[in-house]
Amino acid sequence: MEKTPENASQAAAAPLKLFGSWASSYTHRVQLALRLKGLEFAYAEEDLGNKSGELLRLNPVYKKVPVLVHGGRALPESVIILQYLDDAWPETRPLLPADAFDRALARFWCHFADDKLGPAVGAVFASTGEDQEAAVRQVHENLALIEAELRDGAFRGRRFFGGDDVGLLDVVLGCGSYWLAVFEEVTGVRLVDADAFPLFHSWLHDFEALDEVRETIPAIDRLLEYARGVRHMLLGLAGAGDAAASSTTATPTEAPAAAAPPAPAADIAVDI
Amino acid sequence: MGAEILKKDLVLLDFWISPFGQRCRIALAEKGIPYEYSEQDLLGTKSDLLLCSNPVHKKIPVLLHDGRPICESLVILNYLEDAFPEASYPRLLPPSDEPYARAQARFWAAYTDRVYDVGTKLWKLKGEAQVQARAEFAQVLRNLDGELGDKAFFGGEAFGFVDAALAPHTAWLPSYERYGELSVEETAPRLAAWARRCGERESVAKSLHSPEKVDEFINLLKKFYGIE
Repeated sequence: MEKTPENASQAAAAPLKLFGSWASSYTHRVQLALRLKGLEFAYAEEDLGNKSGELLRLNPVYKKVPVLVHGGRALPESVIILQYLDDAWPETRPLLPADAFDRALARFWCHFADDKLGPAVGAVFASTGEDQEAAVRQVHENLALIEAELRDGAFRGRRFFGGDDVGLLDVVLGCGSYWLAVFEEVTGVRLVDADAFPLFHSWLHDFEALDEVRETIPAIDRLLEYARGVRHMLLGLAGAGDAAASSTTATPTEAPAAAAPPAPAADIAVDI
Repeated sequence: MGAEILKKDLVLLDFWISPFGQRCRIALAEKGIPYEYSEQDLLGTKSDLLLCSNPVHKKIPVLLHDGRPICESLVILNYLEDAFPEASYPRLLPPSDEPYARAQARFWAAYTDRVYDVGTKLWKLKGEAQVQARAEFAQVLRNLDGELGDKAFFGGEAFGFVDAALAPHTAWLPSYERYGELSVEETAPRLAAWARRCGERESVAKSLHSPEKVDEFINLLKKFYGIE
């Protein structure tokens, strides 16, 4: 739908400010999307262990990053922010495909990334021994599903999930997948085998080679140092028993995509 | 497009008392889109059609449009907005030249999942965990009450996307009140009034089952999970 000149200039003129955290893959999603759209934005780093009053005011429901403020209006939740950017700047490098069914697929797999793959990777990071082995199997099962879609399913023959260019699902899966290599290094566990998941592996390689992505993802040694610190703390807490379950301290709850210890109530979802 | 939609073009794989399936039934009814309803056996053996259509989660609801599956209730609701555009069908989301209102609608529609997730904890958990769940549930109600404010519907004057997402959960509220030892009327009076208002809409009245049936179903689930 064509924007009236009034709306278009309003959208262009209003300033953008992103509240985020440097190690949060959810924050990276929004930074990347803004860069893909060629949009200027101000950035405010939040200390997740000591959240600002402003953040709590902007996102009272979840109290999380990222929050994008556009012309004074607050938008939380990364996938919602990304769709907002498409609605507000429809002519510039759309993130969602045009076709209704393709859009549904993109949304479905974004949910999968956040509800299944992310928590499974987080569980690998937060556990050891047999629990970790089970978590690794879960990650492999999830990656296998994505690999199958790339091989002979919905994304067959595509360079990116979005097609020739990156789209919503690339941004969502991509910003977070760099943790796979980091966690492999820190835990010594094999997660993305190039032989087992060749198409996922080559997609990730192409994604990480993009200029806008290189501009967004923090340097690997910063991520490694951060992950080592979190793992050390998680394992220390796990040793202390149930203290690990409610992670009120700092960074783990938000930073690596779901690197928090698995919630004790995670298995109570009713399967209907 | 202009082609008349035939019932067989759209098939909804669903389960009678699922609030997630009911979201889709309500949205389809509000938009005046004909479809074929297909009840799925979830407690026994899942059908081949369901397993093929949603191999990843093996869950309902699934909407089949000309044989192609769309899975997950909110994905389906967004799909209906995209595939059956405003020119011919009433829209549930705000118009595309109101991006902020659309983002708000998507945010709150996703938030309504909390009613089911936290509500489930009320009857599944015991002791300290249940006490925590009760406090959490009261906060969910207050958040929804606050967002609704003095509007007739979450969408404003017209029934919209968030209303369709939340309406099915109203049938579960009396059970949650009992297990949660709380009162929706006291905690969230505007939400309580909204629930009554929704119940008067044909799309909602025809899709929902009674709170008594919901309570019976919860008892069934409790047996299934071995909960006293």
